[in-house]
Amino acid sequence: MSEEIKNFLYLNRRAPYGTIYAWESLEVVLIGAAFDQKVSLAFVDDGVFQIAKGQDTSGIGMKNFSPTYAALGDYDVHQLFVEKESLEERGLTVDDLMHLTWEDEDEDWAEKDSIQVVSRLELAEIIAAQDVVFSF
Amino acid sequence: MKFAIQINEGPYQHQASDSAYQFTKAALEKGHEVFRVFFYHDGVGNGTRLTTPPQDDRHIVNRWAELAEQHNLDMVVCVAAAQRRGLVDDGEAERNQKDATNLHPKFRISGLGQLIEAAVQSERLVVFGD
Repeated sequence: MSEEIKNFLYLNRRAPYGTIYAWESLEVVLIGAAFDQKVSLAFVDDGVFQIAKGQDTSGIGMKNFSPTYAALGDYDVHQLFVEKESLEERGLTVDDLMHLTWEDEDEDWAEKDSIQVVSRLELAEIIAAQDVVFSF
Repeated sequence: MKFAIQINEGPYQHQASDSAYQFTKAALEKGHEVFRVFFYHDGVGNGTRLTTPPQDDRHIVNRWAELAEQHNLDMVVCVAAAQRRGLVDDGEAERNQKDATNLHPKFRISGLGQLIEAAVQSERLVVFGD
C-alpha cells in the first residue's frame, strides 16, 4: 500500500432509492475509510435527497440505509458538501437534511457539523482540487 | 500515465463498457499503463462467460478477455456487487453453496479495497457510466 495520501471526493448525484448507486456508493465510502485517505463527500442534483431527514422506505420494501450517513463521523469522514443550488431547486433547506455530526479529537471531542452548504461555484473549485473523484 | 478504470454499467444496455474498452485499448496502444479495470454496480455483468450476443454483434466479454490476455490486464469484479447480481466464481460458489459458476476466467472477484487501491496507485481514475 502506498504511503501517499490523496484527496478523495465521492460525488453523489442520484436519489437514494430509485437506483442502487447511492447505497453502493456508501459501501465504497465505508470500505475506503480504512485506507487513510483524505475523504469528503458531495451531494448534488437529486443526490441531496440521500441525506434528507425522515426517510421511510416501509412502503417500497427496501432497506432504509439513511442511518448509515450518521455513522460516517465515526469513520473519520466528516466533510459533507451539499450544493446550495441543488437544495434550492428542490425546495429544500439545510433544515430538511439530517443533522450529521462528528467529534473533533483535537478539540476535546467537540461535536461539530459535518454538513457544509456550498455554492455551485465553490463546489466546482472543491472538485478541481481533488486527486480522485468517484462519481455515483 | 498510469490509469485506473471503473465501469459502472452492464454490457449492451449501456455504452459505458464499450467506451471504457475503447479508452483502455487506446491508452495501452499509446504505451500508457492501466493498473486495474474495476467493474462495479451492474458493470459486474461484463464478467459473465455465459454471454451470447448475436454473431454480427461485438462480444463485449470476450473482447475484454482478449485485451486482458494481450496486455496482462487486471480485471476485477466487485464481490458485493457480484453477489447481489449472481456473478459467481469457484470460491463464491463454494462459500455460498451455489451449483454453478459464470465468471469468465480472465476476470477475478475481489473487494472494494481493490478499487480504492487502484485510485491511490494510479495517476488518473476514469469512471465510465451515467
